Amino acid sequence: MRWLPILALVLTGLALAGVEVRQFPDPKLETRYHHLIEELRCLVCQNQSLADSNADLAEDLRSEVYTMLLAGKSDQEIVDFLVSRYGDFVLYRPPLKTTTALLWLGPFIAMALGALTLWRLIRRRSPNPPRPDINDS
Amino acid sequence: MGVRLKARLGRHRCRPKIMLKYLLPLGLFAALLILLGIGLTLNPREVPSPLIGQPAPNFTLQRLDDPSQTVSEEIFRGKVSLLNVWASWCLACRQEHPQLMELRKRGEVLLVGLNYKDDRGSALELLERAGNPYQVIAFDGDGKAGIDYGVYGVPETFVIDKQGVIRYKHIGPITPEDWEQKLAPLVRYLEKQP
Repeated sequence: MRWLPILALVLTGLALAGVEVRQFPDPKLETRYHHLIEELRCLVCQNQSLADSNADLAEDLRSEVYTMLLAGKSDQEIVDFLVSRYGDFVLYRPPLKTTTALLWLGPFIAMALGALTLWRLIRRRSPNPPRPDINDS
Repeated sequence: MGVRLKARLGRHRCRPKIMLKYLLPLGLFAALLILLGIGLTLNPREVPSPLIGQPAPNFTLQRLDDPSQTVSEEIFRGKVSLLNVWASWCLACRQEHPQLMELRKRGEVLLVGLNYKDDRGSALELLERAGNPYQVIAFDGDGKAGIDYGVYGVPETFVIDKQGVIRYKHIGPITPEDWEQKLAPLVRYLEKQP
């Protein structure tokens, strides 16, 4: 088991090599940066955020977000920049529009339907008053 | 015993209700199957572009073959053009290459290349070897113009009308069927527009 610490060391080294080092003049900017890249979706690996993805494009878009932050752009301006190029798809929380209405309201509709079905089932199975035509014999 | 039998008979009397009880879940299941089936035929990689109907984004880039000259979106004015985003490292682009050569031969459209995040040397070498289908190629080494065009994978092809407005975006290699069924009818239609 003597090799275990060595292995751990090698693995941390590898992990660190994958992380981009970015300098922020203000810790607030850094928080905003991390928040933004968590909220934006990578278009290459569609189930990963910009923060998670190692794709080339994600790297480019991260540096684009970084440059825009340093240039003093607001979060909304940065998000708009990406949406105007890649569409609402880059947002993990797309805005409520006619095209996304089903996406936002669908779960609630399904839940309401489920609740209605459950309610009707329960009402039907609840102890009924004994029916005279069954019990009279 | 008698009670049970009577109860059963009693239930059989309301037949339509029983039918509904079995048909409803079956119908729901069939609807779900159809929905999932449609989902299977859609390609999640094809993200609709917000640029359709918008003027082609501005760019000023060096020409691939001659860094001293530049290309800009002005080139799209006055003719129907295809802007094909490609790179020498992109395998699917090679698959599409013969189709582009064919288009060049027919000369129906202006074929503009956007050489995306490539190495100038390898790009030129590839064209030397396989042939150059493009009238002009803009060199986008850092991929900034690519970001402005919402490029997220190569190859991608934009159909741009005579006013310089993007009318369609094709994602992935153009197959002969794609050309005949999707792109060619649009190009011919746009050709007739002012």
